[in-house]
Amino acid sequence: MDNVLEIENLTMDYLVGFWRKQPTRVLDGLSLSVHRGEIFGFLGHNGAGKTTTIKILMRIIYPTAGKALILGKPIEDVEMRKRIGYLPETPYFYDYLTGYELLDYFGKLFGIERVTRKKRIQTTLDLVGLADVGKKQLRGYSKGMLQRIGIAQAILNDPEVVFLDEPMSGLDPIGRREVRNIIASLRDQGKTVFFSTHILSDVEVLCDRVAILKNGKRVAYGRLDEVQGRDIGALEMVTTTVAATGVPALTPFATQLRQTASGLHLELKDADTLDQVIQLVRQHGGRIVSVNPVKTSLEEFFIKDDRHHH
Amino acid sequence: MRQIVIIAHNTFRESVRDKVLLNLIIFVLLLIGGSLYFGELTIHNEQKAMINLGLSVMLMFGFMIAVFIGTGLVYKEIDKRTIYSMLAKPIYRYEFIIGKFLGLSATLFVNCVVMFVGILIALFYLTRQLDATAFVLLQAAFLIYLELLLTTAFALLFSSFSTPALSVFFSVLMYIIGNFTPDLKLFADLLQVNLYPNLRVAQIVLYGLYYTLPNLSNFNFISRTAHGEPIPGAAFGLGIVYFVIYVGLLLSLTVMIFERRNFK
Repeated sequence: MDNVLEIENLTMDYLVGFWRKQPTRVLDGLSLSVHRGEIFGFLGHNGAGKTTTIKILMRIIYPTAGKALILGKPIEDVEMRKRIGYLPETPYFYDYLTGYELLDYFGKLFGIERVTRKKRIQTTLDLVGLADVGKKQLRGYSKGMLQRIGIAQAILNDPEVVFLDEPMSGLDPIGRREVRNIIASLRDQGKTVFFSTHILSDVEVLCDRVAILKNGKRVAYGRLDEVQGRDIGALEMVTTTVAATGVPALTPFATQLRQTASGLHLELKDADTLDQVIQLVRQHGGRIVSVNPVKTSLEEFFIKDDRHHH
Repeated sequence: MRQIVIIAHNTFRESVRDKVLLNLIIFVLLLIGGSLYFGELTIHNEQKAMINLGLSVMLMFGFMIAVFIGTGLVYKEIDKRTIYSMLAKPIYRYEFIIGKFLGLSATLFVNCVVMFVGILIALFYLTRQLDATAFVLLQAAFLIYLELLLTTAFALLFSSFSTPALSVFFSVLMYIIGNFTPDLKLFADLLQVNLYPNLRVAQIVLYGLYYTLPNLSNFNFISRTAHGEPIPGAAFGLGIVYFVIYVGLLLSLTVMIFERRNFK
Protein backbone atom coordinates (compact mmCIF):
# COMPACT_ATOMS: atom_id res chain seq x y z
CA MET A 1 0.00 0.00 0.00
CA ASP A 2 1.05 3.57 -0.72
CA ASN A 3 2.07 5.21 2.53
CA VAL A 4 2.15 8.99 2.76
CA LEU A 5 3.59 8.98 6.25
CA GLU A 6 5.94 6.52 7.84
CA ILE A 7 7.18 6.99 11.36
CA GLU A 8 9.81 4.69 12.71
CA ASN A 9 10.82 4.45 16.32
CA LEU A 10 10.45 8.16 16.94
CA THR A 11 11.72 9.18 20.36
CA MET A 12 11.98 12.54 22.04
CA ASP A 13 13.64 13.43 25.32
CA TYR A 14 13.35 16.86 26.84
CA LEU A 15 15.85 18.10 29.35
CA VAL A 16 13.95 19.30 32.38
CA GLY A 17 15.28 21.15 35.40
CA PHE A 18 17.52 24.10 35.92
CA TRP A 19 20.79 22.91 37.40
CA ARG A 20 20.86 19.20 36.83
CA LYS A 21 18.93 18.68 33.67
CA GLN A 22 17.21 15.32 33.63
CA PRO A 23 15.99 13.89 30.38
CA THR A 24 12.26 13.22 30.38
CA ARG A 25 10.95 10.95 27.67
CA VAL A 26 7.86 12.48 26.09
CA LEU A 27 7.77 10.23 23.05
CA ASP A 28 8.88 6.63 23.25
CA GLY A 29 9.67 4.65 20.14
CA LEU A 30 6.59 5.60 18.17
CA SER A 31 6.09 3.77 14.87
CA LEU A 32 3.13 4.02 12.55
CA SER A 33 2.23 4.50 8.93
CA VAL A 34 -0.60 6.37 7.26
CA HIS A 35 -2.03 5.22 3.94
CA ARG A 36 -2.84 7.50 1.06
CA GLY A 37 -6.39 8.82 1.04
CA GLU A 38 -7.36 7.92 4.59
CA ILE A 39 -8.29 9.98 7.60
CA PHE A 40 -5.98 8.99 10.40
CA GLY A 41 -6.85 9.85 13.98
CA PHE A 42 -4.04 10.45 16.41
CA LEU A 43 -5.57 10.07 19.79
CA GLY A 44 -4.42 10.63 23.33
CA HIS A 45 -4.82 12.61 26.51
CA ASN A 46 -3.22 16.02 26.81
CA GLY A 47 0.49 15.52 27.25
CA ALA A 48 0.51 12.08 25.62
CA GLY A 49 2.96 13.23 22.96
CA LYS A 50 0.66 14.05 20.04
CA THR A 51 1.80 17.62 19.51
CA THR A 52 5.43 16.59 20.03
CA THR A 53 5.09 14.06 17.22
CA ILE A 54 3.56 16.58 14.83
CA LYS A 55 6.17 19.20 15.73
CA ILE A 56 8.91 16.72 14.90
CA LEU A 57 7.29 16.04 11.55
CA MET A 58 7.17 19.79 10.88
CA ARG A 59 10.83 20.27 11.90
CA ILE A 60 9.91 22.61 14.73
CA ILE A 61 11.77 20.30 17.08
CA TYR A 62 14.36 17.62 16.38
CA PRO A 63 13.84 14.05 17.61
CA THR A 64 16.27 12.33 19.95
CA ALA A 65 16.03 9.17 17.88
CA GLY A 66 14.07 7.63 15.06
CA LYS A 67 13.06 8.84 11.67
CA ALA A 68 10.05 9.70 9.59
CA LEU A 69 9.18 9.93 5.91
CA ILE A 70 6.46 12.15 4.52
CA LEU A 71 5.39 11.36 0.94
CA GLY A 72 8.44 9.13 0.77
CA LYS A 73 10.80 12.01 1.54
CA PRO A 74 12.82 12.54 4.70
CA ILE A 75 11.32 15.26 6.90
CA GLU A 76 14.33 17.53 6.27
CA ASP A 77 13.26 17.84 2.64
CA VAL A 78 12.13 21.43 2.08
CA GLU A 79 10.63 20.91 -1.39
CA MET A 80 8.30 18.25 0.01
CA ARG A 81 6.73 20.93 2.23
CA LYS A 82 5.03 22.42 -0.82
CA ARG A 83 2.89 19.28 -0.89
CA ILE A 84 1.78 19.24 2.74
CA GLY A 85 -0.33 21.42 5.01
CA TYR A 86 -0.10 22.00 8.75
CA LEU A 87 -2.40 23.50 11.33
CA PRO A 88 -0.62 24.15 14.66
CA GLU A 89 -2.34 23.59 17.98
CA THR A 90 -4.06 26.81 19.07
CA PRO A 91 -2.83 28.68 16.03
CA TYR A 92 -1.50 32.20 16.24
CA PHE A 93 -0.67 34.17 13.15
CA TYR A 94 0.65 37.61 12.39
CA ASP A 95 -2.12 39.75 13.84
CA TYR A 96 -1.09 42.83 11.85
CA LEU A 97 -2.10 41.06 8.64
CA THR A 98 -5.60 40.60 7.30
CA GLY A 99 -6.84 37.09 6.65
CA TYR A 100 -6.33 37.64 2.95
CA GLU A 101 -2.79 38.98 3.40
CA LEU A 102 -1.80 36.06 5.59
CA LEU A 103 -2.91 33.58 2.95
CA ASP A 104 -1.21 35.67 0.27
CA TYR A 105 2.04 35.65 2.25
CA PHE A 106 1.98 31.89 2.80
CA GLY A 107 0.86 31.37 -0.79
CA LYS A 108 3.98 33.19 -1.95
CA LEU A 109 6.15 31.04 0.31
CA PHE A 110 4.53 27.97 -1.24
CA GLY A 111 5.55 29.37 -4.61
CA ILE A 112 2.01 29.62 -5.97
CA GLU A 113 1.79 31.94 -8.97
CA ARG A 114 -0.12 35.20 -8.56
CA VAL A 115 -3.22 34.44 -10.61
CA THR A 116 -3.63 30.94 -9.17
CA ARG A 117 -2.90 32.31 -5.72
CA LYS A 118 -5.68 34.87 -5.89
CA LYS A 119 -8.16 32.22 -6.94
CA ARG A 120 -6.99 29.73 -4.33
CA ILE A 121 -7.24 32.32 -1.55
CA GLN A 122 -10.79 33.18 -2.51
CA THR A 123 -12.00 29.59 -2.70
CA THR A 124 -10.21 28.69 0.52
CA LEU A 125 -11.71 31.64 2.38
CA ASP A 126 -15.12 30.60 1.08
CA LEU A 127 -14.58 27.02 2.17
CA VAL A 128 -13.75 27.92 5.77
CA GLY A 129 -16.50 30.53 5.89
CA LEU A 130 -14.32 33.61 6.22
CA ALA A 131 -15.02 35.22 2.85
CA ASP A 132 -16.58 38.34 4.34
CA VAL A 133 -13.85 38.99 6.93
CA GLY A 134 -10.88 38.42 4.63
CA LYS A 135 -10.12 42.14 4.68
CA LYS A 136 -10.10 42.36 8.45
CA GLN A 137 -6.88 42.26 10.49
CA LEU A 138 -6.34 39.03 12.40
CA ARG A 139 -6.13 40.89 15.71
CA GLY A 140 -9.88 41.36 15.36
CA TYR A 141 -10.56 37.63 14.85
CA SER A 142 -12.25 35.45 17.44
CA LYS A 143 -10.69 32.17 18.50
CA GLY A 144 -12.95 30.22 16.19
CA MET A 145 -12.08 32.49 13.27
CA LEU A 146 -8.36 32.02 13.94
CA GLN A 147 -8.89 28.27 13.90
CA ARG A 148 -10.59 28.61 10.52
CA ILE A 149 -7.89 30.80 9.04
CA GLY A 150 -5.45 28.21 10.38
CA ILE A 151 -7.25 25.50 8.47
CA ALA A 152 -7.35 27.78 5.43
CA GLN A 153 -3.57 28.21 5.42
CA ALA A 154 -3.14 24.46 5.88
CA ILE A 155 -5.08 23.61 2.73
CA LEU A 156 -4.19 26.69 0.67
CA ASN A 157 -1.51 24.93 -1.37
CA ASP A 158 -3.83 22.06 -2.29
CA PRO A 159 -1.68 19.65 -0.28
CA GLU A 160 -1.60 15.88 -0.66
CA VAL A 161 -1.50 15.36 3.07
CA VAL A 162 -2.72 17.65 5.84
CA PHE A 163 -1.54 17.56 9.45
CA LEU A 164 -4.05 19.07 11.83
CA ASP A 165 -3.16 19.45 15.48
CA GLU A 166 -6.40 19.56 17.47
CA PRO A 167 -8.43 21.13 14.65
CA MET A 168 -11.68 21.16 16.63
CA SER A 169 -10.39 22.83 19.76
CA GLY A 170 -11.86 26.20 20.58
CA LEU A 171 -14.84 25.76 18.31
CA ASP A 172 -18.51 25.85 19.16
CA PRO A 173 -20.71 22.87 18.20
CA ILE A 174 -21.57 24.35 14.81
CA GLY A 175 -17.95 25.15 14.13
CA ARG A 176 -16.96 21.60 15.05
CA ARG A 177 -19.43 20.17 12.62
CA GLU A 178 -18.16 22.46 9.90
CA VAL A 179 -14.58 21.42 10.52
CA ARG A 180 -15.67 17.78 10.43
CA ASN A 181 -17.28 18.43 7.07
CA ILE A 182 -14.12 20.10 5.79
CA ILE A 183 -12.01 17.14 6.88
CA ALA A 184 -14.44 14.71 5.28
CA SER A 185 -14.46 16.73 2.05
CA LEU A 186 -10.65 16.68 2.01
CA ARG A 187 -10.78 12.92 1.94
CA ASP A 188 -13.38 13.05 -0.82
CA GLN A 189 -10.85 15.03 -2.83
CA GLY A 190 -8.36 12.21 -2.35
CA LYS A 191 -6.26 13.93 0.27
CA THR A 192 -4.83 12.27 3.33
CA VAL A 193 -5.66 13.79 6.69
CA PHE A 194 -3.66 13.17 9.84
CA PHE A 195 -5.26 14.80 12.81
CA SER A 196 -4.72 14.70 16.53
CA THR A 197 -7.45 15.02 19.09
CA HIS A 198 -8.36 14.09 22.61
CA ILE A 199 -12.04 14.06 21.76
CA LEU A 200 -13.25 10.58 20.97
CA SER A 201 -16.43 11.33 19.11
CA ASP A 202 -14.46 13.21 16.44
CA VAL A 203 -12.48 10.08 15.80
CA GLU A 204 -15.49 7.78 15.80
CA VAL A 205 -17.25 9.93 13.23
CA LEU A 206 -14.33 10.58 10.88
CA CYS A 207 -11.44 8.19 11.04
CA ASP A 208 -10.48 5.17 9.00
CA ARG A 209 -7.59 4.22 11.21
CA VAL A 210 -6.29 5.42 14.54
CA ALA A 211 -3.32 5.31 16.83
CA ILE A 212 -3.75 5.88 20.53
CA LEU A 213 -0.89 7.39 22.41
CA LYS A 214 -0.36 7.21 26.12
CA ASN A 215 2.58 8.67 28.01
CA GLY A 216 4.52 8.83 24.79
CA LYS A 217 3.87 5.19 23.89
CA ARG A 218 1.59 3.76 21.27
CA VAL A 219 -1.03 1.64 23.08
CA ALA A 220 -3.39 0.91 20.20
CA TYR A 221 -3.11 1.11 16.45
CA GLY A 222 -5.17 -0.05 13.51
CA ARG A 223 -8.52 0.20 11.82
CA LEU A 224 -11.11 1.95 13.92
CA ASP A 225 -13.40 -1.10 14.10
CA GLU A 226 -10.48 -3.30 15.10
CA VAL A 227 -9.41 -1.00 17.88
CA GLN A 228 -12.98 -0.48 19.02
CA GLY A 229 -14.14 -4.02 18.72
CA ARG A 230 -11.51 -5.98 20.53
CA ASP A 231 -14.01 -7.23 23.10
CA ILE A 232 -17.08 -7.94 21.01
CA GLY A 233 -18.99 -10.67 22.69
CA ALA A 234 -20.84 -8.91 25.39
CA LEU A 235 -24.44 -7.99 24.63
CA GLU A 236 -26.73 -5.43 26.13
CA MET A 237 -30.39 -6.34 26.46
CA VAL A 238 -33.47 -4.36 27.41
CA THR A 239 -36.75 -6.11 28.25
CA THR A 240 -40.18 -5.26 29.59
CA THR A 241 -41.00 -6.11 33.18
CA VAL A 242 -40.63 -9.79 34.08
CA ALA A 243 -42.15 -11.76 36.94
CA ALA A 244 -40.36 -11.54 40.28
CA THR A 245 -38.96 -15.06 39.89
CA GLY A 246 -37.31 -14.01 36.61
CA VAL A 247 -34.66 -11.90 38.20
CA PRO A 248 -32.83 -14.65 40.14
CA ALA A 249 -33.16 -16.94 37.12
CA LEU A 250 -31.47 -14.40 34.85
CA THR A 251 -28.78 -13.23 37.26
CA PRO A 252 -26.25 -16.04 36.51
CA PHE A 253 -26.13 -15.01 32.84
CA ALA A 254 -25.62 -11.30 33.38
CA THR A 255 -22.60 -9.27 34.33
CA GLN A 256 -24.93 -6.45 35.17
CA LEU A 257 -28.61 -6.42 35.90
CA ARG A 258 -30.66 -3.35 36.66
CA GLN A 259 -34.37 -3.15 37.29
CA THR A 260 -36.06 -0.03 35.98
CA ALA A 261 -39.64 1.14 36.20
CA SER A 262 -40.34 -0.11 32.70
CA GLY A 263 -38.37 -3.36 32.80
CA LEU A 264 -34.92 -4.88 32.95
CA HIS A 265 -31.57 -3.77 31.65
CA LEU A 266 -28.93 -6.46 31.52
CA GLU A 267 -25.52 -7.07 30.09
CA LEU A 268 -24.80 -10.63 29.03
CA LYS A 269 -21.47 -12.24 29.76
CA ASP A 270 -21.48 -14.29 26.63
CA ALA A 271 -23.25 -13.88 23.32
CA ASP A 272 -23.69 -17.65 23.09
CA THR A 273 -26.20 -17.65 25.93
CA LEU A 274 -28.54 -15.29 24.07
CA ASP A 275 -31.13 -17.86 23.00
CA GLN A 276 -31.27 -19.27 26.50
CA VAL A 277 -31.77 -15.84 27.99
CA ILE A 278 -34.51 -14.89 25.54
CA GLN A 279 -36.24 -18.11 26.45
CA LEU A 280 -36.04 -17.30 30.16
CA VAL A 281 -37.36 -13.79 29.66
CA ARG A 282 -40.36 -15.10 27.76
CA GLN A 283 -41.02 -17.79 30.32
CA HIS A 284 -41.26 -15.11 32.99
CA GLY A 285 -43.70 -13.02 31.04
CA GLY A 286 -41.26 -10.50 29.58
CA ARG A 287 -40.77 -9.21 26.07
CA ILE A 288 -37.48 -8.26 24.40
CA VAL A 289 -37.21 -4.53 23.63
CA SER A 290 -33.70 -4.46 22.20
CA VAL A 291 -30.46 -6.41 21.98
CA ASN A 292 -27.25 -4.60 21.14
CA PRO A 293 -23.61 -5.62 20.96
CA VAL A 294 -21.48 -3.86 23.54
CA LYS A 295 -18.46 -2.66 21.61
CA THR A 296 -15.57 -1.52 23.64
CA SER A 297 -15.91 2.03 22.45
CA LEU A 298 -12.79 4.08 22.35
CA GLU A 299 -13.86 5.80 25.49
CA GLU A 300 -13.98 2.55 27.39
CA PHE A 301 -10.69 1.66 25.84
CA PHE A 302 -9.25 4.76 27.40
CA ILE A 303 -10.67 3.99 30.80
CA LYS A 304 -9.70 0.32 30.71
CA ASP A 305 -6.22 1.23 29.71
CA ASP A 306 -5.97 3.63 32.59
CA ARG A 307 -6.77 0.78 34.95
CA HIS A 308 -3.95 -1.24 33.45
CA HIS A 309 -1.50 1.52 34.06
CA HIS A 310 -2.36 2.65 37.53
CA MET B 1 16.58 33.93 -2.38
CA ARG B 2 12.94 34.32 -3.35
CA GLN B 3 11.82 33.10 0.08
CA ILE B 4 14.20 35.54 1.80
CA VAL B 5 12.72 38.48 -0.12
CA ILE B 6 9.17 37.36 0.74
CA ILE B 7 10.00 37.11 4.44
CA ALA B 8 11.90 40.43 4.37
CA HIS B 9 8.93 42.13 2.75
CA ASN B 10 6.59 40.85 5.44
CA THR B 11 8.98 41.94 8.19
CA PHE B 12 9.12 45.40 6.67
CA ARG B 13 5.33 45.48 6.46
CA GLU B 14 5.13 44.47 10.13
CA SER B 15 7.30 47.37 11.27
CA VAL B 16 5.31 49.81 9.15
CA ARG B 17 2.02 48.51 10.59
CA ASP B 18 3.49 48.69 14.08
CA LYS B 19 4.05 52.38 13.35
CA VAL B 20 7.82 52.23 13.71
CA LEU B 21 8.25 54.96 11.12
CA LEU B 22 6.28 57.39 13.26
CA ASN B 23 9.61 58.31 14.86
CA LEU B 24 10.23 60.32 11.69
CA ILE B 25 7.64 62.85 12.78
CA ILE B 26 9.56 63.52 15.98
CA PHE B 27 12.72 63.76 13.91
CA VAL B 28 11.21 66.35 11.59
CA LEU B 29 9.95 68.37 14.55
CA LEU B 30 13.45 68.32 16.05
CA LEU B 31 14.93 69.51 12.76
CA ILE B 32 12.43 72.36 12.48
CA GLY B 33 13.08 73.37 16.06
CA GLY B 34 16.83 73.15 15.43
CA SER B 35 16.58 75.25 12.28
CA LEU B 36 14.74 78.01 14.07
CA TYR B 37 17.17 77.99 16.98
CA PHE B 38 20.39 77.60 14.98
CA GLY B 39 19.32 80.47 12.72
CA GLU B 40 20.53 82.72 15.50
CA LEU B 41 24.11 81.48 15.08
CA THR B 42 26.69 82.49 12.47
CA ILE B 43 26.55 80.78 9.06
CA HIS B 44 29.36 78.32 9.72
CA ASN B 45 28.25 77.40 13.20
CA GLU B 46 24.66 76.82 12.30
CA GLN B 47 25.68 74.38 9.59
CA LYS B 48 27.91 72.56 12.06
CA ALA B 49 25.21 72.44 14.70
CA MET B 50 22.60 71.23 12.24
CA ILE B 51 24.77 68.40 10.88
CA ASN B 52 25.67 67.39 14.40
CA LEU B 53 22.07 67.36 15.52
CA GLY B 54 20.75 65.66 12.39
CA LEU B 55 23.27 62.82 12.25
CA SER B 56 23.23 62.24 16.01
CA VAL B 57 19.47 61.94 16.08
CA MET B 58 19.61 59.69 13.02
CA LEU B 59 21.98 57.42 14.91
CA MET B 60 20.04 57.58 18.14
CA PHE B 61 16.59 56.86 16.71
CA GLY B 62 18.00 54.22 14.39
CA PHE B 63 19.77 52.62 17.33
CA MET B 64 16.54 52.39 19.30
CA ILE B 65 14.76 50.79 16.36
CA ALA B 66 17.62 48.37 15.76
CA VAL B 67 17.76 47.27 19.39
CA PHE B 68 14.10 47.20 20.34
CA ILE B 69 12.70 45.85 17.10
CA GLY B 70 15.80 43.76 16.39
CA THR B 71 15.62 41.85 19.66
CA GLY B 72 11.92 41.19 19.08
CA LEU B 73 12.29 39.98 15.49
CA VAL B 74 12.75 36.32 16.34
CA TYR B 75 11.64 36.31 19.96
CA LYS B 76 8.17 37.54 19.12
CA GLU B 77 7.77 34.77 16.56
CA ILE B 78 8.67 32.17 19.15
CA ASP B 79 6.65 33.75 21.93
CA LYS B 80 3.52 34.12 19.81
CA ARG B 81 4.16 30.74 18.17
CA THR B 82 3.83 32.25 14.73
CA ILE B 83 7.09 30.48 14.00
CA TYR B 84 5.34 27.07 14.02
CA SER B 85 3.42 27.61 10.84
CA MET B 86 6.42 29.37 9.29
CA LEU B 87 8.85 26.50 9.80
CA ALA B 88 6.40 24.05 8.25
CA LYS B 89 6.50 26.05 5.03
CA PRO B 90 9.02 25.29 2.29
CA ILE B 91 11.74 27.49 3.77
CA TYR B 92 15.12 26.86 5.33
CA ARG B 93 15.71 28.25 8.77
CA TYR B 94 18.56 30.40 7.52
CA GLU B 95 16.20 31.99 5.00
CA PHE B 96 13.97 32.94 7.87
CA ILE B 97 16.78 34.64 9.79
CA ILE B 98 18.25 36.45 6.80
CA GLY B 99 14.80 37.53 5.67
CA LYS B 100 14.05 38.93 9.11
CA PHE B 101 17.36 40.79 9.12
CA LEU B 102 16.85 42.26 5.66
CA GLY B 103 13.29 43.28 6.53
CA LEU B 104 14.43 45.39 9.43
CA SER B 105 17.32 46.65 7.30
CA ALA B 106 14.76 47.94 4.82
CA THR B 107 12.87 49.71 7.61
CA LEU B 108 16.09 51.33 8.81
CA PHE B 109 16.95 52.26 5.24
CA VAL B 110 13.69 54.12 4.73
CA ASN B 111 14.20 55.76 8.09
CA CYS B 112 17.73 56.89 7.25
CA VAL B 113 16.87 58.11 3.75
CA VAL B 114 13.99 60.23 4.99
CA MET B 115 16.17 61.64 7.77
CA PHE B 116 19.01 62.33 5.35
CA VAL B 117 16.72 64.25 3.02
CA GLY B 118 15.33 66.10 6.04
CA ILE B 119 18.81 67.17 7.10
CA LEU B 120 19.59 68.36 3.57
CA ILE B 121 16.42 70.44 3.46
CA ALA B 122 17.14 71.93 6.87
CA LEU B 123 20.71 72.75 5.81
CA PHE B 124 19.48 74.38 2.64
CA TYR B 125 16.97 76.37 4.62
CA LEU B 126 19.77 77.66 6.87
CA THR B 127 22.57 78.28 4.37
CA ARG B 128 20.64 78.71 1.12
CA GLN B 129 23.23 76.64 -0.70
CA LEU B 130 24.18 73.02 -1.29
CA ASP B 131 27.93 72.51 -1.51
CA ALA B 132 30.36 69.62 -1.18
CA THR B 133 29.13 69.01 2.39
CA ALA B 134 26.12 67.24 0.91
CA PHE B 135 28.32 64.45 -0.42
CA VAL B 136 30.28 64.04 2.79
CA LEU B 137 26.98 64.05 4.62
CA LEU B 138 25.78 61.21 2.41
CA GLN B 139 28.91 59.21 3.19
CA ALA B 140 28.53 59.82 6.91
CA ALA B 141 24.86 58.89 6.81
CA PHE B 142 25.68 55.72 4.91
CA LEU B 143 28.23 54.67 7.54
CA ILE B 144 25.68 55.35 10.26
CA TYR B 145 23.30 53.08 8.39
CA LEU B 146 25.93 50.33 8.37
CA GLU B 147 26.46 50.85 12.08
CA LEU B 148 22.74 50.42 12.65
CA LEU B 149 22.74 47.18 10.65
CA LEU B 150 25.61 45.91 12.76
CA THR B 151 23.60 46.74 15.88
CA THR B 152 20.62 44.90 14.39
CA ALA B 153 22.77 41.85 13.73
CA PHE B 154 23.89 41.89 17.37
CA ALA B 155 20.31 42.27 18.59
CA LEU B 156 19.27 39.36 16.41
CA LEU B 157 22.11 37.19 17.67
CA PHE B 158 21.33 37.84 21.33
CA SER B 159 17.63 37.29 20.83
CA SER B 160 18.27 33.92 19.20
CA PHE B 161 19.20 32.46 22.58
CA SER B 162 18.13 34.93 25.24
CA THR B 163 15.10 36.84 26.54
CA PRO B 164 14.20 40.25 25.08
CA ALA B 165 15.18 42.14 28.24
CA LEU B 166 18.60 40.51 28.36
CA SER B 167 19.02 40.93 24.61
CA VAL B 168 18.37 44.66 24.90
CA PHE B 169 20.84 44.85 27.77
CA PHE B 170 23.53 42.95 25.84
CA SER B 171 22.95 45.01 22.71
CA VAL B 172 23.30 48.30 24.55
CA LEU B 173 26.37 46.97 26.34
CA MET B 174 27.91 45.94 23.04
CA TYR B 175 27.24 49.37 21.65
CA ILE B 176 28.90 51.11 24.57
CA ILE B 177 31.87 48.77 24.44
CA GLY B 178 32.02 49.19 20.66
CA ASN B 179 32.58 52.90 21.10
CA PHE B 180 35.52 52.34 23.44
CA THR B 181 37.39 49.54 21.69
CA PRO B 182 40.04 51.90 20.22
CA ASP B 183 40.93 52.77 23.82
CA LEU B 184 41.70 49.12 24.49
CA LYS B 185 44.36 49.20 21.82
CA LEU B 186 45.64 52.50 23.05
CA PHE B 187 45.93 51.10 26.54
CA ALA B 188 47.64 47.92 25.30
CA ASP B 189 50.14 50.00 23.36
CA LEU B 190 50.95 52.00 26.45
CA LEU B 191 51.82 48.94 28.53
CA GLN B 192 55.57 48.87 29.00
CA VAL B 193 56.09 45.18 28.32
CA ASN B 194 59.83 45.64 27.92
CA LEU B 195 60.11 46.85 31.49
CA TYR B 196 57.51 44.53 32.95
CA PRO B 197 57.43 41.22 31.02
CA ASN B 198 54.52 40.04 33.17
CA LEU B 199 52.29 42.52 31.39
CA ARG B 200 52.72 40.60 28.14
CA VAL B 201 49.68 38.47 28.92
CA ALA B 202 47.53 41.50 29.66
CA GLN B 203 48.63 43.05 26.42
CA ILE B 204 47.71 39.97 24.41
CA VAL B 205 44.28 39.82 26.07
CA LEU B 206 43.68 43.50 25.32
CA TYR B 207 44.72 43.09 21.72
CA GLY B 208 42.49 40.03 21.48
CA LEU B 209 39.53 42.01 22.81
CA TYR B 210 40.31 44.87 20.46
CA TYR B 211 40.16 42.62 17.44
CA THR B 212 37.08 40.59 18.47
CA LEU B 213 34.82 43.26 19.97
CA PRO B 214 33.01 45.48 17.50
CA ASN B 215 34.84 48.66 16.68
CA LEU B 216 32.18 51.26 16.02
CA SER B 217 34.67 54.08 15.51
CA ASN B 218 34.95 52.72 11.97
CA PHE B 219 31.49 54.12 11.34
CA ASN B 220 31.39 57.26 13.40
CA PHE B 221 32.29 60.38 11.45
CA ILE B 222 29.61 62.66 12.80
CA SER B 223 31.73 65.38 14.38
CA ARG B 224 34.30 65.32 11.57
CA THR B 225 31.53 65.76 9.04
CA ALA B 226 30.09 68.59 11.11
CA HIS B 227 33.47 70.29 11.02
CA GLY B 228 33.47 70.02 7.25
CA GLU B 229 36.29 67.49 7.06
CA PRO B 230 35.94 64.98 4.22
CA ILE B 231 35.91 61.25 5.02
CA PRO B 232 39.11 59.70 3.58
CA GLY B 233 38.39 57.06 0.93
CA ALA B 234 40.42 54.49 2.86
CA ALA B 235 38.43 55.05 6.04
CA PHE B 236 35.17 54.80 4.12
CA GLY B 237 36.31 51.61 2.39
CA LEU B 238 37.53 50.15 5.67
CA GLY B 239 34.13 50.82 7.22
CA ILE B 240 32.40 48.89 4.44
CA VAL B 241 34.82 45.93 4.52
CA TYR B 242 34.67 45.80 8.31
CA PHE B 243 30.87 45.83 8.16
CA VAL B 244 30.65 43.02 5.61
CA ILE B 245 32.96 40.73 7.56
CA TYR B 246 31.55 41.47 10.99
CA VAL B 247 27.88 41.25 10.03
CA GLY B 248 28.62 38.11 8.01
CA LEU B 249 30.09 36.48 11.11
CA LEU B 250 27.26 37.60 13.37
CA LEU B 251 24.56 36.35 11.01
CA SER B 252 26.35 33.03 10.52
CA LEU B 253 26.52 32.58 14.28
CA THR B 254 22.84 33.47 14.64
CA VAL B 255 21.88 30.98 11.94
CA MET B 256 24.00 28.28 13.59
CA ILE B 257 22.23 28.77 16.92
CA PHE B 258 18.83 29.04 15.30
CA GLU B 259 19.32 25.91 13.19
CA ARG B 260 19.79 23.80 16.32
CA ARG B 261 16.96 25.16 18.39
CA ASN B 262 13.89 23.23 19.43
CA PHE B 263 10.80 25.39 19.68
CA LYS B 264 8.67 24.09 22.51
